[in-house]
Amino acid sequence: MDLQATQPQPTDQRAAGKILASRQRTERRASVLFKGLTLFPILIFLVILVVLIARSLPILQQKSLTDLLFGQIWRPSEGVFGFLPFIAGSLWVTGIAILLAAPVSILCAIFLSEYAKPVVRTTIKPLIDILAAIPSVVYGLWGVLVIVPWVGDSFAPFVESTLGFLPFLQSKNPTGYSILSGAIVLAVMVTPFIIAISYEVMRTVPRGYHEASLAVGATRWQTVRYVIFPRVASGLAAGVVLGISRAFGETMAVLMVVGNNPNIPKSILDAAYPLPALIANNYGEMMSIPLYDAALLGSALLLLIIVLIFNVLATLVLRKVTGKGQE
Amino acid sequence: MKKLTRRRLEESIALGFMYISLGLVTGALGWILLTLIIKGAPALTWSMVSQVPQGGFYLGKEGGILNAIIGSLYLALGGTMLALLFSLPISLGLNVYIHRKAKWALIVRSILDVLWGIPSIVYGAFGFTIMLALGMRASLLAGIITLALVELPIMIRSMDEVLRLMPRDIEHASYGLGATRIETAFRVILPQMLPGLVTAAMLAFGRGIGDAASVLFTAGYTDRIPTSLMDPTASLPLAVFFQLSMPYPEVQKRAYGAALILTIIVLLISILSRWIASRVSRYSVK
Repeated sequence: MDLQATQPQPTDQRAAGKILASRQRTERRASVLFKGLTLFPILIFLVILVVLIARSLPILQQKSLTDLLFGQIWRPSEGVFGFLPFIAGSLWVTGIAILLAAPVSILCAIFLSEYAKPVVRTTIKPLIDILAAIPSVVYGLWGVLVIVPWVGDSFAPFVESTLGFLPFLQSKNPTGYSILSGAIVLAVMVTPFIIAISYEVMRTVPRGYHEASLAVGATRWQTVRYVIFPRVASGLAAGVVLGISRAFGETMAVLMVVGNNPNIPKSILDAAYPLPALIANNYGEMMSIPLYDAALLGSALLLLIIVLIFNVLATLVLRKVTGKGQE
Repeated sequence: MKKLTRRRLEESIALGFMYISLGLVTGALGWILLTLIIKGAPALTWSMVSQVPQGGFYLGKEGGILNAIIGSLYLALGGTMLALLFSLPISLGLNVYIHRKAKWALIVRSILDVLWGIPSIVYGAFGFTIMLALGMRASLLAGIITLALVELPIMIRSMDEVLRLMPRDIEHASYGLGATRIETAFRVILPQMLPGLVTAAMLAFGRGIGDAASVLFTAGYTDRIPTSLMDPTASLPLAVFFQLSMPYPEVQKRAYGAALILTIIVLLISILSRWIASRVSRYSVK
């Protein structure tokens, strides 16, 4: 920057020069500090990754990866660490939650961005933000008070008596603490998240597309379906994937309603034990058993890697669709 | 004519599904809040918010959850302050010192998005490992550091979005007058964008105070109010969690009360930050 533009009096010149020099020194130092600090997030990420890898190394060296990932038996005290029940639990809960949440979220986003009058939009959006702000233990509490009894007392007996011959719907678990309960609570939690991203994606379609489509006589739904949807489909998919990764890592709310039973679930009414719940329930008391600590940090690493893959994929797609980073 | 009615039918079916979806979402919100109020309000007595647990508290006897309320405020305030210390220079760095569209800025933003996506239980496990390696016990300090890690990406990315809205003309005018970048950052950009930055910090605070998985192992739980950074610290989310798992209805009732208090705090912060954000857009030059 050109700081020579001002013309001080000759007598002031030395003093002015000193001030200028000190300002420039501050500027140089600040520049180094501010630019250097942007390294900090990358450093945090690397440290987390390295620490998790280093601490889970003992178990990765002693057991084969296939034994760990596809082993069905979890008995830490006997040195048997099969993660499959937990991976299966996570997949079940997350999968059903997304099946419930994705259509509802996308329909809400379509309504808010294409149909809603401004008044309606400005009343509903804050409500959805409130839903997103509610802490996860509160969701868990609601699940325990409302969803679990409903699944246990009404849904499971009803399904058992009418559709019990179908696989995945048999109920041997009368408590209601089940995959379905976890999935319902999780679905409500990720809905505001998916709505927010989908809404942002839908808003990137220029007004002209709507106007052109409506002008040639298309209905609003036809406009959405044939004009807007093809343009935003990949962005909506990315939003759903981000929702999946959010759901995958959610801990407390799921932990409170899912039953925490380390067997491979056979029905959505069975109890399950997702990965985050495994870490939360056992960490802190794992010190006495050999390899237990490495196994739990290994599951944290697994969780991190899965979430990372989902996030990177979704972010790349979103960046292409919206022209900027995910928000 | 027939085609037209089919189109109309499709339109109304689609709209019908949208109304159902919207009803489900707002209904769920109403249901959650209603459950919370109906179950939680009777438990909200004065002793609940003014006392720490007394003897036999977890059997349903005297006491309150002041330890968790104060503990949560300490944890979230400490975490937010610590995160702020890094967020402000980093977000300014991303917007003032590095060109907004530079490759480096893009990389840093992507990493921040990745950090945002990491589940808080992973931060919790990481924090606990570091804590053990340093020979620390579960303490307020360890909880604050872990929460700061959880809040950091949220805060930086929100501040980044706020600073993006800085009117370029004002910034350029400052450079035109001969101000350096650091002077522009602190005397022009910061005052101009302050309300937005406060909103970003409050957003992170709200996220921090409700987070249970990260403080589960790092902050511990205690019936006393912490007096030093090395003391274990109770928190509201864990108060809900632990009391709910007790077999006594009196204790479970207090879990509902604690959840109601937590939700009220989070919603107040959310509403307050929204109000501040709406004040910005009124006064700032766009």
